[in-house]
Amino acid sequence: MDVVVLVKYVPDPAGTPKIGEDLLVQREGTDGSLDPGDEYAVEAGLQVVEAHGGEVTLVSMGPEVAMGAVRKGLSMGAHQGTLVTDPALRGADTLATARVLAAAIGRRPFDLLLTGVESTDGYSGTLPMAVAELLGVPALTFARRIEVEAGAVRVERQTDLGYDVLEGRLPALVSVTGSAAEPRYATLKGIMASKTKPVEQLALADLGLSPADVTPAQRVLSVTPAAVKGPGEIVEGDAAVERILAFLAEAKVI
Amino acid sequence: MATIWVYAEIGTEGPAGSALELLTKARTLGGDVAAVALGPGATASAGPLAEHGATTVYASDEPVYGEVVGRAAAHALGELARQHRPAMIWFPTSHEGRDVAGRLQAITGSTLMSNASDVVALDRAVTQIYGDSHVVEVALEGPEPRLVLVRPKSFVAEPTGGTATVVPVEVEVPDDLRTPRRVERHEEAASGPKLEEARVVISGGRGLQEQANFALLDRLAEAIGGAAVGATRAVVDAGWVPYSQQVGQTGKTVKPDVYLAVGISGATQHVVGMKGSRRIVAINKDPQAPIFALADLGVVGDALSLVPRLIDEIARRKAAG
Repeated sequence: MDVVVLVKYVPDPAGTPKIGEDLLVQREGTDGSLDPGDEYAVEAGLQVVEAHGGEVTLVSMGPEVAMGAVRKGLSMGAHQGTLVTDPALRGADTLATARVLAAAIGRRPFDLLLTGVESTDGYSGTLPMAVAELLGVPALTFARRIEVEAGAVRVERQTDLGYDVLEGRLPALVSVTGSAAEPRYATLKGIMASKTKPVEQLALADLGLSPADVTPAQRVLSVTPAAVKGPGEIVEGDAAVERILAFLAEAKVI
Repeated sequence: MATIWVYAEIGTEGPAGSALELLTKARTLGGDVAAVALGPGATASAGPLAEHGATTVYASDEPVYGEVVGRAAAHALGELARQHRPAMIWFPTSHEGRDVAGRLQAITGSTLMSNASDVVALDRAVTQIYGDSHVVEVALEGPEPRLVLVRPKSFVAEPTGGTATVVPVEVEVPDDLRTPRRVERHEEAASGPKLEEARVVISGGRGLQEQANFALLDRLAEAIGGAAVGATRAVVDAGWVPYSQQVGQTGKTVKPDVYLAVGISGATQHVVGMKGSRRIVAINKDPQAPIFALADLGVVGDALSLVPRLIDEIARRKAAG
């Protein structure tokens, strides 16, 4: 079972990302990590190969610092990684990103392609479907549970009312929610081993793509602070219960 | 003339509210407006779609669009767009909207903007980032159709009473695209009022510390009466409550009279689903929690001791009449 997992390096999810003078998110010179949403996909991939044999390959796109996200996944137990880095990719939009990732993944056959549902910094939530389309494979999205057997994959997809069961033939893409797998912690042994696992670093030209294939078709015109409503009332201590009740009574809900 | 298309999700009770919201906005931008409705119930949905601004409804009642998740609809939309050349196609930010738009982008090679909070021109849309603290205006360039996923409840649906020409969609969906298939649907029973309809929504986050404590919110909802209980993604991911209770970017968008955020820090993922609430009360131990910036009443304190006292006090007052 050849499993590929897409991973992204994102600015520290607990901090506030900085926007540079070019109106793009600053990704270098700031704290960052493997996207927490991708950790679920890495974990799901590791569980699949533990049950069925095979290897997990991580694929990422980003600046040099994005190697940190690949190493993190390797320290959890993934076997090897690919990072596509190219100055032409700065400010890449979802279509450019999908083209690059699909080209990197498509160089070798795979059985299962796993992703998170959306990134923690961009929240677009459409990249997995675009990559699946470019690779010509089915996409089983928003999965909270995955079963792989005999060349097919079956997932429970979260819905507004409960869940649906989807079935598709492999190779296929599956995007996983946080309910699919609880990510393991990297052990010290895993962290040491990750330093020597193979990671290939590719540029755009290595994938047969030109800068014209990745020209962004979205341009940020302005970033302005939203109108903030005045600070609300803050209470603490024993007065709080009484104040909440008064507030609910004013709103006529009790 | 430039045309805006709206991808209309069709449920068992007709077109989704999102379709009516998007049509209402689309008709203000000065072009022709069409709706695309695919799957069982599509043709019957033409009435409400027309009333909200669609002058053309491309419709197919073929079951394949309901059975094959995203892929069949993206294929059909790609064919329709090639024939009729709309300037833009708008989608709801939902699982289905993302499935179809994401695939369609790779088919048309055109730009796709997610999480839009407004569309101001055929080549310009607006989003909000970082807990909605910043407004970003974006120019959409490159080939048409430009694709935009719009957040739920960004616009208020208003009928105008128009009529539409219904154009049957006759696109062949090849066999090799008829996968993945939806083979079962399950409803997980939710008790109490619906999140989107309740006057009061009480939501819990990781600050509640463990699953057992979540029952406190159910008891508080019962004490208040007519209140629904929601949750953050972190809590749903942890398996404390089902996804149907998730409020936020990948869950439901709510706008109740009162939103009570209990043990919720205020991540963007959550905030976009509740910031439109009329009044917001936040209870959190951390005085620096971003949720307090949104709260009309911020309570710095331990939810695990405050909530039981609230429940007791409400019960006592009700008993006293």
